[in-house]
Amino acid sequence: MQYIRPRTAAEVSHLLMTGDGGARIMAGGTDLLVQLRSGMIAPKAIVDIKGLDGIACITPEDGGWRIGAAVSGQRLGEHEHVRAIWPGVVEACELIGSTQVQGRCTMAGNLCNGSPAADSVPALIAAGAVARIEGPDGAHDCAVEDIPEGPGKTSLRKGEFLSSVFLPGRPAGAADAYLRFIPRTEMDIAVASAAVNIELARDGTIRLARIALGAVGPKVVLVQDAANAIIGSKLEDPALKALARACEAACNPIDDKRGTAEFRTTVAGVLARRAARIAMTRAKERAGENP
Amino acid sequence: MKNIHVSTTLNGDEAEFVCAPAETLLDALRNRLGLTGTKEGCGTGDCGACTIEMNGRLVCSCLVLAAEAQDADIATVEGMATGAALHPLQQAFIDHAALQCGICTPGILVAAKNLLERNPDPTDTELRYWLAGNLCRCTGYDKIIKAVQIAAADMRGA
Repeated sequence: MQYIRPRTAAEVSHLLMTGDGGARIMAGGTDLLVQLRSGMIAPKAIVDIKGLDGIACITPEDGGWRIGAAVSGQRLGEHEHVRAIWPGVVEACELIGSTQVQGRCTMAGNLCNGSPAADSVPALIAAGAVARIEGPDGAHDCAVEDIPEGPGKTSLRKGEFLSSVFLPGRPAGAADAYLRFIPRTEMDIAVASAAVNIELARDGTIRLARIALGAVGPKVVLVQDAANAIIGSKLEDPALKALARACEAACNPIDDKRGTAEFRTTVAGVLARRAARIAMTRAKERAGENP
Repeated sequence: MKNIHVSTTLNGDEAEFVCAPAETLLDALRNRLGLTGTKEGCGTGDCGACTIEMNGRLVCSCLVLAAEAQDADIATVEGMATGAALHPLQQAFIDHAALQCGICTPGILVAAKNLLERNPDPTDTELRYWLAGNLCRCTGYDKIIKAVQIAAADMRGA
């Protein structure tokens, strides 16, 4: 096996193209090294992208923030501006692993690992985040929800890799929240999870909403019916009930040792309802701060 | 397979070693640099026994390739004491019997030191969450938390 640390995206892409499917991208390495050491994968080359310009930077852009593919969870959590406008994305990312894993893990890696239970992915999808993909024909952008295709599978084609994730700017009366269920208090994989992102109109009704569920199907799902259930409401009880029902209807989970399909379905609805309430509280607070 | 030459900073001193591409930093520290204070527990990033600091952040050295240490700033448990004087955390762990078998201890010391540099006065809850990735199978957590708090108080007074 070779370890290569290129300086440009074109070099990375070239290595992926010519690597005969045997080259693997490394940013934080918290998934890659586990797979490597367990023998799940035996790549011919590891391509460390941390030598690329800006890859570990959080950069302001059009009122939002571009998060480089090698920005660690801890680094993201330390960024007060990103935390202020996307508290749900930051809290989701901070749930990945231990303090030690937070020192290395990245949202881009969480996304490309393709786990339906990845904590940061529902929050990114609810946020309407956009992934920047570098490839043999240069860079292009892709909605985050179009990247996961199933467990361990992504829509990235040969020679492509993710170089950053863009979190858009937003008005003051907007916020997001992420909740997951695990049987412990820390360091576990979501049995079910929900991310809710809302934007309030001047009169305090929900103008825009995006809701995504994790670990209740082969990939994280964006639930348009759940968003429709709360748009135009102030999150009164009937709207919350309709939200939970829409979430339950969107679930297609497996039974496994961590939870039954029935349990996951019920919990996903409950988490979505609670996350919506938290997002609402945060949005009102932000609207109050900056009317 | 080509070996890689790595220049790094290790506990404040320049260090060089040669490693295989797939070799972990944990293995390089122990087998090439003779720093066996850092322990291997699970080898999958779950237990925290191999915790070190890399560029000021805690990492599991079993999940870092040795080649990544090029130009990095690495700190291990061996760098905690100043000459013969133990770090207050090390002294508190001895004085208050915060270890039994000792395998988890180096990782916990490095992780606790990193927390106290960020937050000199953590609550027990903050401390327990911070150390959630450091498993102790002798189940000595209460004494560990107490010892870290005693060291933290000592360091705040110093």
